Amino acid sequence: MTTITKPNDGHANQTPHRAHHPGLNLGPAHQESEDTREEMVFGFWVFMMSDLIVFGLLFATYVTMLGGTAGGLGPSDLFELKSAFIETMLLLISSFTFGMASLALKYRSDRKVLVIWLLVTLLLGLGFLAHELYDFHKMFTEGGVPSRSGFLSAFFSLVPLHGLHVIGACIWLIALLGQIAVHGLDPPTKTGLMRLAILWHFLDVVWIGIFSLVYLGGIV
Amino acid sequence: MSHRQLSEQEAREKSGELRSYLWGFGLALILTLIPFGLAAYTQMAAGTLYLVIAGCAVIQIVVHFRFFLHITLARNKREDLQLILFTALILAIMVGGTLWILFNLYYRMMPDMLP
Repeated sequence: MTTITKPNDGHANQTPHRAHHPGLNLGPAHQESEDTREEMVFGFWVFMMSDLIVFGLLFATYVTMLGGTAGGLGPSDLFELKSAFIETMLLLISSFTFGMASLALKYRSDRKVLVIWLLVTLLLGLGFLAHELYDFHKMFTEGGVPSRSGFLSAFFSLVPLHGLHVIGACIWLIALLGQIAVHGLDPPTKTGLMRLAILWHFLDVVWIGIFSLVYLGGIV
Repeated sequence: MSHRQLSEQEAREKSGELRSYLWGFGLALILTLIPFGLAAYTQMAAGTLYLVIAGCAVIQIVVHFRFFLHITLARNKREDLQLILFTALILAIMVGGTLWILFNLYYRMMPDMLP
């Protein structure tokens, strides 16, 4: 009887609320595949952080190119506060609705609740993309094309890369909705949802940098 | 997977986590509205405004990590916090180095490129 403060060295005798991986843990109601989930979610975090470095360096490139407009249009001519604000709101609300979907998954609400939150998230993501594409289209018609200046090249490598990530996340979300429809909520689907949640919230974090530095910084 | 009755403890946990998401959303909303509102409706000096925007952005990033990505200072999540902090270190070195070198070059050779 000397096992009072034995460190948790295995899977025996786990306390029910030990966190297995970063972020939201599904917890004791989803015990069936906690081990693989731990590896896959942690691996996804490592990927996410390397992606963050890519974005960070593109931010740095953008800042060094701010002066390089080559006599063309600059940030304050091309960006609009209103559309940046709309895009920001769409992405922020979609982050929240994905959070609601995560909770619906964790606490095993009716599957309909989960699917509805996911669909709302998907619609907000698609709305963001539509608005962003419309923005780029408007910039193009005003002569703001990537080949015009170093500043525009840097802009179009940073912001559309974020957009591409959002497109990828939307496709992934559609695929997961298909998986839910076909297989139900089996362990791979759950792991997929958790990783997509990380990606989705992460993309919103990158967008904070974009709207602060690129749009607000450019307009002020 | 059918609807399942939550135990009392789970129900309490659920409402706690729901509240945490709502807090995160509310804080993020405020931290978004402040810089946009100041940029749209006030005539602040550009320098001060940049500082406010940067401050709000940094706080909002922390809010997102804390409330949406569930990264906390709790003991059992230290290794991921270390992963994130290490990434932040790498970023600081590479981004800081890039800006330092290039702006120094601009200063010496291409003053037109300085914003």
